[in-house]
Amino acid sequence: MNIHGIRAIYRFEMARTRRTLLQSIVSPVISTSLYFVVFGAAIGSHMNGIDGVSYGAFIVPGLVMLSLLTQSISNASFGIYFPKFVGTIYEILSAPVSPFEIVAGYVGAAASKSIILGSIILVTARLFVTFGIAHPLWMLTFLVLTALTFSLFGFIIGIWADNFEKLQLVPLLIVTPLTFLGGSFYSIHMLPPFWQKVTLFNPVVYLISGFRWSFYGVSDVGVGISLGMTLVFLGVCLALVWWIFRSGYRLKA
Amino acid sequence: MQSIISVQKLTKTYASGFQALKPIDLEIRQGEIFALLGPNGAGKTTLISIICGIVNPTAGHVLADGHDVVRDYRAARSKIGLVPQELTTDSFETVWNTVSFSRGLFGKSANPAHIEKILKDLSLWSKKDNRLITLSGGMKRRVMIAKALSHEPQILFLDEPTAGVDVELRRDMWAMVRALRANGVTIILTTHYIDEAEEMADRIGVINKGELILVEDKAELMNKLGRKQLTLQLQNALSAIPAGLDGYALELSGDGQQLVYSFDAQSEHTGIDVLLRRLAETGIDFKDLKTSQSSLEDIFVDLVKERA
Repeated sequence: MNIHGIRAIYRFEMARTRRTLLQSIVSPVISTSLYFVVFGAAIGSHMNGIDGVSYGAFIVPGLVMLSLLTQSISNASFGIYFPKFVGTIYEILSAPVSPFEIVAGYVGAAASKSIILGSIILVTARLFVTFGIAHPLWMLTFLVLTALTFSLFGFIIGIWADNFEKLQLVPLLIVTPLTFLGGSFYSIHMLPPFWQKVTLFNPVVYLISGFRWSFYGVSDVGVGISLGMTLVFLGVCLALVWWIFRSGYRLKA
Repeated sequence: MQSIISVQKLTKTYASGFQALKPIDLEIRQGEIFALLGPNGAGKTTLISIICGIVNPTAGHVLADGHDVVRDYRAARSKIGLVPQELTTDSFETVWNTVSFSRGLFGKSANPAHIEKILKDLSLWSKKDNRLITLSGGMKRRVMIAKALSHEPQILFLDEPTAGVDVELRRDMWAMVRALRANGVTIILTTHYIDEAEEMADRIGVINKGELILVEDKAELMNKLGRKQLTLQLQNALSAIPAGLDGYALELSGDGQQLVYSFDAQSEHTGIDVLLRRLAETGIDFKDLKTSQSSLEDIFVDLVKERA
């Protein structure tokens, strides 16, 4: 195992985060604060609580997940896309690092960054609303698993993309709609019965539901199912990454 | 001598159907400087990229220090340093960080003293805290060499190292390559500049259209293929080569002022002595004479033209 190699990639990526601190950390915090002002304070004050949780507190786990998903994807996809774009990928490809080590470096850094960000957003949220965390260990598990899974997914997008448009395409056209329709701002029981069924095909529903359960002990779907679906998605991403390195897809001629 | 790189029946056909390499067999000897010459698109970079793991081979094998570059890539790659042709750098990193990054990536523990030595050798020490984006093209080239040397490789690939660099850097680079060789590093360079190969290389391989058409000791190659010419500046212009000199490989210049005699430098009997005597007998006087040997460039152009 090339530990020095993993560390080199990880540190390189974290240094990039530090250089771009403003857009990495500050902008998601600001946009989340805006969500709290608009949904939590302005609209939330006119809404009844859901499942016994005040609306402002209800949206906290969803908002953290929203940032976690989008940031994991954008961090990881950009992290691997950029060396491909400028050509510095030659060094990674010619180095004695295994696919696992490359992924550990890039995805590990992207996930770390998302987890830090998620924590910052939680702290920010605490300034706006009062909430407790019923199952802290489960909360951490969902946080880490989601950050890892979606960083892997972002890594795959970054390898697949061969221009900047494609890099934006998947997050914009698929991930953002899925997150908004995944129950960040509402319980899926509030939907008409037909859409309740449709929404069960949305993997994000399980992440948000599980994550919310770890806060308030209430959820749209069972926590076991949430965990299972998260692990399934993680497995799919791992298999894809394994195939990418095996075939050299978009990496080697 | 022992081979450090062994290329066996290596071929590469790109997805587009373009065959970049026809079956290639090549042995690079431990500690030599090997120059790979060839026109653009001949397959030089493809060959290097396969050995370094950037391109997958279609068929065949490469061993680096006895390790298969595909199956046993970890051992093989840790011995190899690569300076690619394109100047690709992480614009926002500092010189020190990017070189240290390379060392870590290749699995070596941090060694600031070694990095410092490399940066000093390459006249980069004063720039160590500069971001790469602020450096000139020549400086970036030095940084790329520093990165390749950061993990103390035993084999160094230099793909067109002196393309677009100034005279000073070129000389520095040649001195550096010699110093590395003196430390036992094997160096494989590709170049367009034939004088570079002539100056630096122990052996030369010529690649054209994906085929390795020749691998030869440089001195031997120049001996074997190099023709020598004797040029005589005549006292009085001639209108034609006199009948008495028919048997010689002579050429008369357009203005009749120069007589050129081509001969085989290797041969025991060059015929110069007899020719000069015959000239004297025929009454042809000359005011100056010189002999010249064809350069590697002439040899190369001939070779590539022959196969075209």
